[in-house]
Amino acid sequence: MKFDTPAGQNPIDRLKVVGQPTDRIDGKYKTTGTAPYAYERNDVAPDAAYGYVLGAGIAKGRVRRIDTASARQAPGVIAIVTTLDTPRVERGVMNVAYLFGGDVIQHYHQAIAVVVAETFEQARAASFLVQVEYAPEAGKFDLAAEAAGAEPVPAESGEGSGGDGEERVGDFEGAFAQAPVTLDAAYTTADESHAMMEPHATLAAWDGDRVTLWTANQMIGWGHGSIAKMLDLPKAKVRLDAPYVGGGFGGKLFVRADAVLAALASKAAGRPVKVALTRPLIANNTTHRPATIQRVRIGATQDGTITAIAHESISGNLPDGDPETAVNQTKLLYAGANRLTAMKLAHLDLPEGNAMRAPGEAPGLAVLEIAMDEMAEKLGLDPVEFRIRNDTQVDPNQPDRRFSHRDLVGCLKLGAERFGWGKRNPKPGQVRDGQWLVGIGMAAAFRNNMVMKSGARVRLDASGTVTVETDMTDVGTGSYTIIAQTAAEMMGVPLDRVVARLGDSDFPTSSGSGGQFGANSSTAGVYAACVKLREAVAQKLGFNATDAVFEDGEVRSGNRAIPLAEAAAGGELVAEDTIEFGDISKVQQQSTFGAHFVEVGVDLYTAEVRVRRMLAVCAAGRILNPKSARSQVIGGMVMGTGAALMEELAVDAKRGFFANHDLAGYEVPVHADIPHQEVIFLDEVDPMSSPMKAKGVGELGISGIAAAVANAVYNATGIRVRDYPITLDKLLDRMPDAA
Amino acid sequence: MLGATAAAPEGAGAWAADTSARTPAPTDAPVLAKVTFTVNGQRRDLELDTRTSLLDAAREHLHLTGSKKGCDHGQCGACTMIVDGRRINACLTLAVMHQGAEITTIEGLGQPDALHPMQAAFVKHDGYQCGYCTPGQICSGVAVLDEIRAGIPSHVTADLEAAPTVTEAEIRERMSGNICRCGAYSNIVEAMTEVAGRSA
Repeated sequence: MKFDTPAGQNPIDRLKVVGQPTDRIDGKYKTTGTAPYAYERNDVAPDAAYGYVLGAGIAKGRVRRIDTASARQAPGVIAIVTTLDTPRVERGVMNVAYLFGGDVIQHYHQAIAVVVAETFEQARAASFLVQVEYAPEAGKFDLAAEAAGAEPVPAESGEGSGGDGEERVGDFEGAFAQAPVTLDAAYTTADESHAMMEPHATLAAWDGDRVTLWTANQMIGWGHGSIAKMLDLPKAKVRLDAPYVGGGFGGKLFVRADAVLAALASKAAGRPVKVALTRPLIANNTTHRPATIQRVRIGATQDGTITAIAHESISGNLPDGDPETAVNQTKLLYAGANRLTAMKLAHLDLPEGNAMRAPGEAPGLAVLEIAMDEMAEKLGLDPVEFRIRNDTQVDPNQPDRRFSHRDLVGCLKLGAERFGWGKRNPKPGQVRDGQWLVGIGMAAAFRNNMVMKSGARVRLDASGTVTVETDMTDVGTGSYTIIAQTAAEMMGVPLDRVVARLGDSDFPTSSGSGGQFGANSSTAGVYAACVKLREAVAQKLGFNATDAVFEDGEVRSGNRAIPLAEAAAGGELVAEDTIEFGDISKVQQQSTFGAHFVEVGVDLYTAEVRVRRMLAVCAAGRILNPKSARSQVIGGMVMGTGAALMEELAVDAKRGFFANHDLAGYEVPVHADIPHQEVIFLDEVDPMSSPMKAKGVGELGISGIAAAVANAVYNATGIRVRDYPITLDKLLDRMPDAA
Repeated sequence: MLGATAAAPEGAGAWAADTSARTPAPTDAPVLAKVTFTVNGQRRDLELDTRTSLLDAAREHLHLTGSKKGCDHGQCGACTMIVDGRRINACLTLAVMHQGAEITTIEGLGQPDALHPMQAAFVKHDGYQCGYCTPGQICSGVAVLDEIRAGIPSHVTADLEAAPTVTEAEIRERMSGNICRCGAYSNIVEAMTEVAGRSA
């Protein structure tokens, strides 16, 4: 199905199943521990051997020698595959660093060997016996030191944001020089780690020249093609399966070393092998969100109309890597006739920088929305009012291009009302609650709505059960449930008559999970397949497909009503289709919007920051399942609170690695850090987006939240911290007198 | 500890610095030991490599994969089991240390068609997303309510003389060893609060 005109009335609009806050259909498996993740497939490979991965102990250079003699003699060892035995493996989709093979070390903890043994304990013990000699080389590891030499480069995040190295509208410098009120401030954001709870893991099994990988991966379509290329096999001889994925956040968008090593080790061992990256390997072996150095300049008239806005960002990456697209949202969020955005990239030899939840917008809005708060204060304007005053209904870079639907103002106004924003004291450092200085802050949220081609197959059997098959993944996003809801709505059956089967590369290729495009795109693919199945059913039962009503397990037209199951009485009906998005997705700007409101307490004596209240109001098209969508938003708010207050990969700029590479050293929010969270979805649809009229929400929640926390800390203390994370050491020496 | 220190070879520092001389001695065959404990009401007799954690005994030997390995370092809580009535990080303890123990894993609390009240409350309140930390959160959640009922204080218990009560602050403090990167904390607190109210 080609989506090339705005969606009209369709069966989804009935909202009998879609749009309902249904419990997740996979919940009973996840809560009982019976949902199988990649490392747990005793059902398909009960005799799997154990692979243990060794990471390089240098950040840059070459491996001169790997002595495996002792390790090979260790008890239980079946095989050892080293990077020196293996020609350099081709890179897959979006890979920047090579994952394995050859003697070149590009980053610390790059995989250099996998030891396979009968048990995990034996593989681990034998790995300690592997002797490695390196020829280290000097590398560049300090972003601040390399920033001066950074070059402007164009980039796409691969997840919906990007642009040229430098983009200009009007005359920024001229307008900024003439503006009566100006802000020019520099900020930094930290390197961050996805830290999903399930480590990257793969079980590989060969059958002759065919290989199956049960693997933790968000994008089966990409991964399928990538593995075929890496192993030099035709795609038909490769199968990937990922029915459950224990979180990804962008870290599992692409094939990683666990998958490559499991496949190579299984071939060497002559039996199935499972490989999980140990937690201490993950931060340096895989990818991370790159740190940024950003500068924002805003010029405005006395009444708060922005006349000039510039946002520049510098980040680092390995050769062939991209910059963090942190300035993207600044092209679209606020009006202003004179504009400049620029991204610069410095060459660093740290591990690979790549997509992490809302790449670009998460660190970009973390900065822009502090700058807006600072500017509002300079103007003597309320921060909510300042944003409303500079709303735009058109793309400021191309004023004849409208937003398909934009209600940022609605989010700001409703959020302000519900949060009690009117009671805020605009003068910082004034509100006390015992030992706590209390402040509230807000920020706008913005994230583009990407759409991706997505396929599905739908089956109807004689029992009236509808089965959906698509390689779409559920990485915690609720895909199982919204896909089943879509099929139930389309076929007119209750949710419990639908079976959703996901994550298998033998199924039609879907959008996959990333860039908050998954929910809308994959359900639109299911919609397309269901339209075809409805046609097949109508034909079988002698109805005209265009006027047949599918409802209550029946197909009706005029005064005829026949049970849906009867259409499959003579044999299963199968339909398959793919939704493809035409120019309609580009003629108008499709984005999602929100407003974050946060209250914090800052301990007067220790400067410890505690988040006390959080509210997000979101405008993101039709919400397919308000329960799971709300969870996506609060989850983004939690991760963004981590970015605001604690998350920072500590760079050892001498040895060139992230020193705090486990969950004790790299701190993420825990229960005690997060209060009750409120989310409100504006009741809206966007017919330009898809037949579902939905948009993404998975990354909207993290976009802007860090700045809302930072602005609340400022309102509480009067201390403006421009370097994330806002740890107490950055506040302590400037805290107000405790007296 | 004293013995281990005394047994350190002469010139250990030089030995550690000279990697070429660091050819390790061949490893001995694994030391096996028998252990018997009860898992989810069923007696299990195992002969294990003594290095096997309780978590790997469950996941790799008993194929009870509901308990998750998120870090293998006691940093995330995904492996939480209830052993002799108290929750522990099963990755931080060796299986052979639990001779005779009564162990409950997530599989012992309920099954997909017969959920434990805590499991049902997690589904109702969407107290999970990807599901990987979830078994640990639920085992911890069940044990936390028992701890509060048993009068065990926490860091946020204001009055150590009085019996602690089930408050959101108590839940958040006691659950902070269970990381959920999907960020379902707010919903988990609601699920636990509901279960606590029902069983009170």
